[in-house]
Amino acid sequence: MNDALGEVQSVLVLGGSSEIARATIAELPGNRLRRVVLAGRASSALDDAATAMTNLGIPAVEVAEFDAASTDTHGAFIDDVFDNSDIDLVILAFGVLGDQMTVEADPSQAVLIATVNYTGAVSVGLHVARRLRQQGHGQLVVLSSVAGDRARRSNYVYGSTKAGLDAFAQGLGDALQGSGASVLVVRPGMVRTRMSEGLPEAPMTTDPDVVGKAIVQALRKGKHTIYAPGPLRFLMGAVKAVPRPVFRKLPQ
Amino acid sequence: MTTTSPLTLDEHDELLSGWGRTAPSRANIVRPSSAEQISDVIRSAGPRGVLARGLGRSYGDAAQSGGAQVFDMTQMRSFDVDIEAGTVTADAGASVDDLLRSIVPAGFFVPVTAGTRFVTIGGAIAADIHGKNHHVEGSFGAHVTRMRVVDGSGEVRDLAPDDPNTAEFFWATVGGMGLTGVIVEATFRLLPIETSQMSVDTTRCRDLDDVMSRMIEGDDDYRYSVAWIDTVAPTGRGVLTRGDHATRNQLDARSAADNLAYSTPSLPSAPPFVPGGLLNTATVRAFNEGWFRKHPKDRRGELTSIPAFFHPLDGVRDWNRVYGPRGFLQYQFVVPDSAGWIVERTLSRLRDVGAPSFLTVLKRFGPANPGPLSFPQPGWTLAADVPAANDELGSVLDELDELVAAEGGRLYLAKDSRQSPAMLAATYPRLGEWQAVRDRMDPRGVFTSDLGRRLSL
Repeated sequence: MNDALGEVQSVLVLGGSSEIARATIAELPGNRLRRVVLAGRASSALDDAATAMTNLGIPAVEVAEFDAASTDTHGAFIDDVFDNSDIDLVILAFGVLGDQMTVEADPSQAVLIATVNYTGAVSVGLHVARRLRQQGHGQLVVLSSVAGDRARRSNYVYGSTKAGLDAFAQGLGDALQGSGASVLVVRPGMVRTRMSEGLPEAPMTTDPDVVGKAIVQALRKGKHTIYAPGPLRFLMGAVKAVPRPVFRKLPQ
Repeated sequence: MTTTSPLTLDEHDELLSGWGRTAPSRANIVRPSSAEQISDVIRSAGPRGVLARGLGRSYGDAAQSGGAQVFDMTQMRSFDVDIEAGTVTADAGASVDDLLRSIVPAGFFVPVTAGTRFVTIGGAIAADIHGKNHHVEGSFGAHVTRMRVVDGSGEVRDLAPDDPNTAEFFWATVGGMGLTGVIVEATFRLLPIETSQMSVDTTRCRDLDDVMSRMIEGDDDYRYSVAWIDTVAPTGRGVLTRGDHATRNQLDARSAADNLAYSTPSLPSAPPFVPGGLLNTATVRAFNEGWFRKHPKDRRGELTSIPAFFHPLDGVRDWNRVYGPRGFLQYQFVVPDSAGWIVERTLSRLRDVGAPSFLTVLKRFGPANPGPLSFPQPGWTLAADVPAANDELGSVLDELDELVAAEGGRLYLAKDSRQSPAMLAATYPRLGEWQAVRDRMDPRGVFTSDLGRRLSL
């Protein structure tokens, strides 16, 4: 259960190897956390994340096989996790970036990105919402992206999946109003993680722990949408106002 | 064909929180009017379980249970006074407010009252509430002679402390936070009074040591005693108020003619929305200065009304809103006399992190009762209201918890909204014993609460 100061006891990370999710959990008071479930495809990154959680002193760290693209497994998977105990915080953190040039040459790659980032997230998001509604409390954090705010030549397939996910998460938050459950939409800018390795840094590029801190603060305050870092909100407001012919010519 | 979305809310769904307005959860509200209805719901309970709720005055998550069916007990509120025996038999949903309107004019008072009269009898037993007279007369459960409870199988049981077959169930229910069964009715002893006035001695104390030494020396001479502490003043000055029900010959001729008149003032509500941060160190300092000055340095035998003496905050409805949207919590512990220094430490640590409390009371407890989860035990109890919107509050309270636990103290479950399961287990050594009895009363685990889940009760 959440306590009066907003501290949670149990967390489910969908996309368990996410560095942002790991940084978020590291920001929570360790002496309240009792159960962390890291869901994802088996990988050394997932094992590393589990070791990091154990090193934080969390008594029960579980690693669970989860494939965002296998949507027909999502219902049973979520029921398994929630039948074991209430989940106070779900972090929907999976996603693939892909390479724009590759996906333009091979549209089946684009389908894969859309399936994981959007279709898979909608599927598991609705199953999570059903269980949060049943238990009458809980918070769902959805990692969206500023890439969804305005399509760019260099990553518009990824950006379009995040735009769809963002709209979905906003609507889901409204649907859950009054249910005791809530949704926090997080729009990070470029974050230095495995996903962005080797890419040129965009303005306001930040680190996972900055995003993690912002998420924990927002959860305590009951916010529904944040940018991370916060001032990106204003930058993106300006970016969205730039006319298309001009925007096209900007360095992307 | 129409389908129902699993996200749709039911018309009886409500978001419930405690008086501190933190960590709400949604439940399905049932308003029973009989024990039979309660039995039926318990027998067909789903996996999220059931819980009884009274007037929602516990501060934290004791009277809420996410996803469960929650009984709003306030429809069951009739009671019957036995003037000869000096007892009352009340439905669990009857409130102390309901009772006082009827019993004070008849020459009786409740054996124990909390700082608000808006508590139900069921809640008073489940939290085993205490009042300003604990050092003399114990907590509420000590005055109950019989209660009727619907257990986890839907069976109606009569429990009494003097019945060897039911005494352990009785004491597991006193202070059991509603997790052993649904209390539907109770009989308890009343206190005969000659007048509806209180005779009060007030003393302004220059610092915390002054407050505490006066309480140690003098409390035994009074039925009721409590000290208000100015938490913002570094010295911890305070106002000590002690008294008893006035006798008839203490009244003047005019009021003696109407010696048992009882009425409650109706004052305005707090506004429906208050922004966060209104209660800060500056505003609390101003309030405390005024409150301290308002009291005389030393006054004896002043006559005041029952509401003014026992329930001053009930005069402002919904005063809990003044803490803003993130709500507040009350930190209440008891520590043995030998650890009285924790009182001072608590005040100074709360000052350090700018967590001002304008409602801080200190009181002495007498002996404990047999309830394994009953809170009071001999020593000092401090209760401080603090706004929840403070990033450093959590770690400071955890640090104070450790001191309280190390000295053999504990926190009050009716106020708690943030202690850890380990803190609870370390400070209620009879938890296992209580759980064993609870499991016999509720073998299916039907009774659930957010508090129970949070603390693994």
